[in-house]
Formats: sequence, C-alpha cells, structure tokens
Amino acid sequence: MNDDKRSGEIHVPVLARVEGEGGLEIRVREGRLETLKLRIFEPPRLFEKLLEGRGAQEVIDGVARICGICPVAYQMTAVAALEAILGITPSPWVTRMRRVMYCGEWLQSHALHIHLLAAPDFLGFDSAPAMATRYPDEVRRGLRLQGLGNAIMQTFGGRSVHPVGVCPGGFFRAPDAAAIAALRARLEASRAESLALIDWVAGLPLPEDDQDFASVSLRHPGDYPITAGRIVSDRGLDIPVEAFERHVKEFQVPHSTALHALLDGRPYLVGPLARLNNNLDRLPDALRERLAANGIRFPSRNMFHSIVARAVEMHLALDEALRLIEDYAPAAAPHAETTPRAGTGVGCTEAPRGILWHRYALDARGLVESARIVPPTSQNQARMEEDLAAALTRFGLDRDDDALRLHGEMVIRNYDPCISCATHFLDFRADRG
Amino acid sequence: MITPHRRPRIAVHKFSSCDGCQLAFLNLGEPLLALAEHVDILHFAEAGPVDESAEADIAFIEGSVATSTDAARLRGIRERSRYLVTIGACATAGGLQALRNLADGQAWIEGVYASPEDIDLMADSTPIARTVRVDLELWGCPVNGEQVLGAAQALLAGHLPYVDHAAVCTECKRRQAVCVMVAQGTPCLGPVTGTGCGALCPRWQRGCYACYGPAVQANAAALASYLADSGMPPDEIARRLLFINNQAPAFHDAGRDWQARVIQRSGDEETP
Repeated sequence: MNDDKRSGEIHVPVLARVEGEGGLEIRVREGRLETLKLRIFEPPRLFEKLLEGRGAQEVIDGVARICGICPVAYQMTAVAALEAILGITPSPWVTRMRRVMYCGEWLQSHALHIHLLAAPDFLGFDSAPAMATRYPDEVRRGLRLQGLGNAIMQTFGGRSVHPVGVCPGGFFRAPDAAAIAALRARLEASRAESLALIDWVAGLPLPEDDQDFASVSLRHPGDYPITAGRIVSDRGLDIPVEAFERHVKEFQVPHSTALHALLDGRPYLVGPLARLNNNLDRLPDALRERLAANGIRFPSRNMFHSIVARAVEMHLALDEALRLIEDYAPAAAPHAETTPRAGTGVGCTEAPRGILWHRYALDARGLVESARIVPPTSQNQARMEEDLAAALTRFGLDRDDDALRLHGEMVIRNYDPCISCATHFLDFRADRG
Repeated sequence: MITPHRRPRIAVHKFSSCDGCQLAFLNLGEPLLALAEHVDILHFAEAGPVDESAEADIAFIEGSVATSTDAARLRGIRERSRYLVTIGACATAGGLQALRNLADGQAWIEGVYASPEDIDLMADSTPIARTVRVDLELWGCPVNGEQVLGAAQALLAGHLPYVDHAAVCTECKRRQAVCVMVAQGTPCLGPVTGTGCGALCPRWQRGCYACYGPAVQANAAALASYLADSGMPPDEIARRLLFINNQAPAFHDAGRDWQARVIQRSGDEETP
C-alpha cells in the first residue's frame, strides 16, 4: 500500500482462540473505516424455549449446557433466581461453598484464557503448544492452575464440565473432610505460582490503547463480587439486580445470532477489567499492593489490561477458596428442602466473562413458564465493535491485512468472548413494549 | 495408514455445541503438550490452528448439524479424514438443542427473534451420523477426556478402541456405590444409561439423568413403567427421558410414548 488512502476489505472467516464461532469483517474506504462487523454465526440453541415446562433441577442441569467453559456460572445464577421464587435463603455453609466452587471456575476459565487463548498473541505465537517451546515453565504453570480450578469444581460437582452437585437449596452432597484437606494442600502449594503469574502477565508487552467506556459489574458490601451484589457502574449506576431490565435493552442485528445489549442507550463493558475497576477496594491489601508494585494503574481504561485483571482474579479466587474452607466441616444438611411455588425470580452473578443475568417465571407445580438469560458476551458485543473501530483506526488502517487482522483478533480476545453462550434468545417483541 | 515418514494429523471441528467437549483436550494439562509434540494438530480453532480444509488422520467432531451450511461442511471433512470420531451428546445424538425437533422449531425462533429471517437454523438438530459415516461415537455430556485421549491413541495405533456401554448400574457396583433407587427411593436412569461418567450422580447422592446416552440393551419402557408405579407423573417420566439425549432412539421412543399419554390424559380431562 503506497499511499495512506487505502481502500479494501478484510475478512477473518473464523476467529481463532475464541470459544464458539465468530468472524470479523472490515471495510475501509479512502483511509476511513466504513463498516465493521463482528459476525457471530454460532447457531442458536434456543435455550429459553427448551427450558419451558421444565422443573427447577432440570433448569440447573440444562443451563450448564449453554457453556462448557462456565457451566458453574450458569448453574449458580439459575439457582439464585429459582431460590428467590421458592423463598429459600441458603445456609451460610451453602453460601460459602458455592463461592468456593465458583472460585474454581474463575481459576479454570481465566487460566485457560490467559495461557491457551490470549498470551500467545503478546509473545508472537499462534498457539499455546507453540508458546510452550519457548516458555515451557510458564505454560505448564498455567495448565497446573487451570487443573487446580477444575479440581475445586470436581470436589463439589464430580466433574468440571457440567458438574452434577448443585440443587435448589444447596448441594446434593457435602464433600468429606479428607477431600477438602487434599484440596487445601494443593491450594496452599499453588499460592506462590498464582502470585508469580501476576508479575509475569504484568510484564507482557501489552499495547497502550486507552478508551472511554463504562465499567459495569456487581458490587457487594464486603466481598469482591462473585455470587451476589448490586449492579453498579463507574458512571453512577447503582441498582438491585431486579432492575436490570429497566436499564438494559437488547436488540438483534442482522450479522449476529447473539443479541446486542445497551445500558441506558450506550455500549458498556462487563468482565474482569470492569470488575476490578469497580472493586479495587475489595481486594485484600496485600494483593492490591502487589498489583501496584507492578506499575499498572487501576482503574484502567486500557482493554489490554484485562489479562492482568484476570491474573489478579485468579490469585484472589485461590485465596478466597483457601479462606472459605479453613475450619471446614461437612454440613449435616447440605441442602434445604424445597416445595414448588409459583412466582418470578431474578439471579445475577459474576461469570468469568462478566455479569450473567437470569429471570424465570414458575407455575404452581414449579415448572418454567418463561425464561430469560442475558450472558456477558452479548452484553459486551456493542462495546467490542466500538472498541474495534477505535483500536484499528488508532493502530493504523494503512497497515497490511495480516497486521490488521492480528490486531483485531487481539482486541476481541481481550473480552474473552464466549460465543457459545452469547447465542441466547429471548422474547424480543415483549421487550419493545 | 500412519507411516514413519510423517507425524499423525489431528483436526477438531465444531458444529452446534457448548464447546464443553473440546475442553476434553484443553483440560488435559500436561498430556495436551505431550500430544502436541507427537501429532500435528492442523485444525482446532479454539486452541489456535485454523485450517478447515486440512486432510487428517482423525477428525474429532463436536456439535450437531444445525444450519443450512453444516451438512456440506461435514461432507467435506468426511472426505478429507481417515477416521471420523464424534465427541459428546450433540455430535452423537443431536444434543439438548434437539428438543426443538419435538416442538415447533420455527415458532421457537419466531418467539425469540425480532427478525427470524436473519437466522439460519434447520428445523431439526441432527447427529453427525445422520449426514456422514462415523467411525466411532463417544457419548457423554460432556464426553470423558480420558476416553477421547484413549480413542486417539488406539486409532493412531490402527485399531478401534473398546468403549464400555454397560449400564451405570454396573459402574455403581464396581465402585461400591450404594444404589440411590433401592436404598433411598430416588428415581435414577442408571439402569438404562451407558457408563463413561464413572457413576457420578449416584455417587453424588442423586439419580442419573442419562447424559451418556442409552446403555447396551436399554429397556427404557420397563424403567418408565417402574417409575410410574412408584408414583412419578407421566409428564415427568417423559421429561426425564427426553432431556440431554432426547434423540437417542431408546430414550426418544419411550419418552414420546409417555408424552403421548400426557396429551391423551389432558384431552380426556377436557372432555366432559
């Protein structure tokens, strides 16, 4: 390209190292970005319809199948919504152990994203196995931490993909003391590794690209938000989870099978960077100091700092799990008894990729009349397109196709889009009313 | 045939799914790196390599056939692959999303999309074997990672692996798990469901919900009658059979039978 008024199109038919199927289309005319489309063509699976007529346990087991990478997030959000209808307040033991199990998913999902999906970009490799030839110790450390997250989920649910342990009111079974003791030993032995990971990730050559966006996350009175809280933003939003639908509107665009979402008419960010931006004061002091020592300032407006936020949250999750299973004893009654009841309930938790929101209406037999599920990736879609347009323009539209394609993919990976879950469906016509 | 002259080639393809069965590879940990040292992974979009048109010794397929372009893509993969292996419930039986096959799928799409004409989705979600010849089917939602790795090793050595399709009951006995149905009266689909999970649900104090598909010689009708005799309403029997593997013939046929009884009964009730 010998002048800067380039014209042309770039198509990335299949995005690599993302979960699910998506592509990117860019059209440049006379040096200016004319159109940009993040295509999501993952076929819809119509979960909100197939859940109709199903019972509470079927919902918990069913929604796990929306996403193989974050099934626990789906189960925990659903069970919170269902318990709101059934009038159940889980016991303190159940509340603690759910948070432990959820920490396992954060560890697993973030470790997978950092090592298998994102880090190869910054170090110039096309995959984790390729990166492992130059960085064998770092990749192996990452796979061990991922395995540790899986071990936490297996302790509570038998397996890490679509675990079987969660029921309305708690868990089917309490792990025995020996299983928790073994887990605690592994967690303690891994603390140094998750701390070292923060330093390694903060030292990666991350691009500078500050942008203006709203960070949206949960916020809890005492804890770093995972399983509960109010929905807040750094622009002054502070609402109970029940008010979500009054502020967030979803709409369909022709190039995507996932719906786009806007908060009060504007794109917004959910996920690790938004969570950390909004909850720095909820980090333990030692962890906040460790982060500061690495010289990356939070709150951050640079989406490339998402990978640092993930590493911070991995250590936080590991330490939280350790803290919560200190003095562990199996509960005599790992779940409260439930009886069917009609009503409508809402649940919202922090999935690894950001807030995940569910609403169910049950009939008097406890069967689903209607379901609505709003996953994090569909909330991030509008922000991703906004980011891509700004980031690629700043990067330089005169760059060659390969460079633009690679940079576009890096930008998209910051959001860790989980396209399998992004394809969710709701009664759109009802929302217009 | 695998020759000493080149490394074996593997591809992992995704159709309509949750991505959970691909995690059978991505959750392997150290063995994933070992695998990558001994084989060429030519296509595995979630892990990095993208070469959809690559010729492979083994193509692993996750997900069901769901869109108008899936069948052609799948036939191409079949032509370029020596062995084709389905991993998981979606690829092997159509998946949970195949519940739309039992409903008015178009109405479901119209119920959730403002512009249904922009959505490319077949009325039915179908298993891979409905479109192309499959050399090996691995059941499970999710598939068992050790089973996948074992299958890869067996196929690369030139033979089909042995896959145990005995009932979950057999697995409970092997593991000395107390029967939840006999001891606690908890309804369990273990007697008609193939093992592979390690009898997880009974060991977690709950009934099996059949995520590994039908066991060999599964008699789902007999189990359904037993559940009815023990007080389970017909609609719940139908729902249990028509869940993760609703298109597997043994579950589909018995489940539809009990679903018809519900419709029959509610019809009777409407008649004065």
